[in-house]
Amino acid sequence: MKKLLLGNEAVARGLFEAGVRVASSYPGTPSTEITENAAKYDEIRCEWAPNEKVAAEAAAGASFAGARSFCGMKHVGLNVAADPFFTMSYIGVNGGMMLAVADDPGMHSSQNEQDSRNYAKAAKVPMLEPADSAECKEFTKIAYKISEEYDTPVVLRLTTRIAHSRSLVETEEREQLPLKEYKKQPQKNVMLPAFAKGRHVFVEQRTERLAELAETTDLNRLEMNDTSIGIIAAGDCYQYAKEALGSNASYLKLGMVYPLPVKLIKDFAARVDRLYVIEELDDFIETHCRSIGLEPIGKELFSRCGEFSQKTVRSLILGSEPDVISLDCEIPVRPPVMCCGCPHRGLFYALKKLKVYVSGDIGCYTLGASAPISMMDTCVCMGASVSALHGYNLARAGESEKKSVAVIGDSTFIHSGITGLIDIAYNATNSVVIILDNSITGMTGHQQNPTTGYNIKGDPAAAVDLEALCRAIGIENVAVCDPYDLEQTTDVIRRQLEADGPSVVISRRPCALLKYVKHNPPFKIEAEKCIGCKMCLAIGCPAISIKNGKAEIDPTQCVGCGVCKSLCKKSAICE
Amino acid sequence: MNNIKSILIVGVGGQGTLLASRLLGNVLLCKDYDVKVSEVHGMSQRGGSVVTYVKYGDSVASPIIDLGEADIILSFEALEAARFLPYLKNGGKIIVNTQQIDPMPVVAGNMEYPENILKQISDKGVTVISADALSLAESAGSSKAVNVVLIGMLARQTDIDKQVWLDAVSSTVPQKFLELNLKAFELGYELK
Repeated sequence: MKKLLLGNEAVARGLFEAGVRVASSYPGTPSTEITENAAKYDEIRCEWAPNEKVAAEAAAGASFAGARSFCGMKHVGLNVAADPFFTMSYIGVNGGMMLAVADDPGMHSSQNEQDSRNYAKAAKVPMLEPADSAECKEFTKIAYKISEEYDTPVVLRLTTRIAHSRSLVETEEREQLPLKEYKKQPQKNVMLPAFAKGRHVFVEQRTERLAELAETTDLNRLEMNDTSIGIIAAGDCYQYAKEALGSNASYLKLGMVYPLPVKLIKDFAARVDRLYVIEELDDFIETHCRSIGLEPIGKELFSRCGEFSQKTVRSLILGSEPDVISLDCEIPVRPPVMCCGCPHRGLFYALKKLKVYVSGDIGCYTLGASAPISMMDTCVCMGASVSALHGYNLARAGESEKKSVAVIGDSTFIHSGITGLIDIAYNATNSVVIILDNSITGMTGHQQNPTTGYNIKGDPAAAVDLEALCRAIGIENVAVCDPYDLEQTTDVIRRQLEADGPSVVISRRPCALLKYVKHNPPFKIEAEKCIGCKMCLAIGCPAISIKNGKAEIDPTQCVGCGVCKSLCKKSAICE
Repeated sequence: MNNIKSILIVGVGGQGTLLASRLLGNVLLCKDYDVKVSEVHGMSQRGGSVVTYVKYGDSVASPIIDLGEADIILSFEALEAARFLPYLKNGGKIIVNTQQIDPMPVVAGNMEYPENILKQISDKGVTVISADALSLAESAGSSKAVNVVLIGMLARQTDIDKQVWLDAVSSTVPQKFLELNLKAFELGYELK
């Protein structure tokens, strides 16, 4: 049956058809929907793990046990999972194991633009890259065959445009596979130096065999047309080239991006007049081409930054630019904002009043960095708010302590904030950590996490008691506030800042977009009381604007959170 | 590959553009076209400008619609129509909801929402088909049906049978809101 599936849904379908039994992942745009959709198949035991390292290790364990297993993540998630990833390369697999890693060229929803292909080379693990949803499914199934035949984990690399585009997929039946037999094999599975030495030799030999596979596999394909232009590309870049140049060029379309073939590329190069390598981000394929004596046109023309399109190819290879109609007036930008009723808004307003240094983290609340709130000083990676605040206070001690906080969401705290908080407790800085507990993993689209009390299927599950956890690791001073109550929130944070010793504030209020959250009727402005002072604009609520000198609340957007009401000195905002 | 049609769906995060693109995808699937629909997830969804690309034809390569390539822009909001105007092909059409949603620089009073934006667009020689889809959706029974009103307006501009659209509406929206959505579709479809 033909279906219109997202690339990520197609990967999930591939997992199902390949007989995968276990999937453990941490959500991250643009990879999240793989595991969300895999969870719809009862045959796959799916879970959200606390972070990517745990997820990859759970998948490794399932592979030891003889099951085909999966772990999905965004590009920066592989940094977190890098430790098990590099050593699983040595160990290989029992049941086949695939990791899907979704890169985000153009940074639609990421903090950097790293190129995961470098990880495949560094860990000596084969990597496949599909170019549409049909290939997402097909390559997933091939990945498990390669994994078991070559005794290696395999990485499926996606980019945003492949992961988040729908295209046609022909679905097939699930392969019924028994669990493979478990045999105790310490020389293969226990990575002591003496055993690992042997496995390293195996890895090098395996890479040579995989390089031979790259010469002959159907994953890499020649499309010979006009030979004046030859294009080497994979994934979305192949599609851009194909749309821009059609049959006016010949293509070497790579489905296996590590290891790369030598003879296949040299033969293709010999058949075309001008050879281009089109790849987003790093010069990964180009460097390989140069190492085998070719001189393709690549990064001298195509940027290492951002994402491409067919226009990039047309303009850089053909020199043609599109006809464009545009208006003469300036069009105001529309950046993403915290939603109406977002519990983070009140919390950030309180921080603004307290004029503190804010060590930030990854989640919806990173939007606290934007105007008019503008209350974030740093944001590095998941969990860094906590540990970097500790380091900031180590360096500045009395000068910064009691004037600085970390903000971290519930899911991010579980992901990698806990160890930072242990550092604060153990090595004793006067640090205040605020956990923004909105009872969900918000930014990636509402995934459950270990604090919510529900698992990926929505079934009741054990929930981390955040207050008890903080106390158990040595933070005695833990307070809770409701960020809809500005006065209380400000008081609680002020008290924690003034107190001696490390402390935690849990700012607790569920995300306003959660289905079970009941909204209040919209608030109104009493025009005769409003003096147009714009105090209510300070919280950056998209429902409030100034029309003809008076504030106005858009009733279709307002959810009645009431945060604006407490800002109005003239009591002009009413229910 | 010259027979590819490109429809750009734009709006403000939270307006329901994703449902519209899925519905459109289902219509095109019924017609045996090759289809690609490229969506936006994650951070940019939060009240920001959002864009979905829908392309169909014998064989679609790139999932992206770039500058000067869209046959139709279906805009859920007036300012967004202006923002994405450079993506319209010469001779293309804009179908637009006249609703205005102030972006943060306007909310904060730092910039003005441009005046007569749709007239400025049609003055450039572009065909603009506009309606107050929010009011029409409300008269169908829910402000949430804006996306289906706009799909009705879009359907009128294509040569695909109305019944195919109605079937897609039926298979895409929840059963309990079906009547409301079919009414919303008709209101959009019957606009002059």
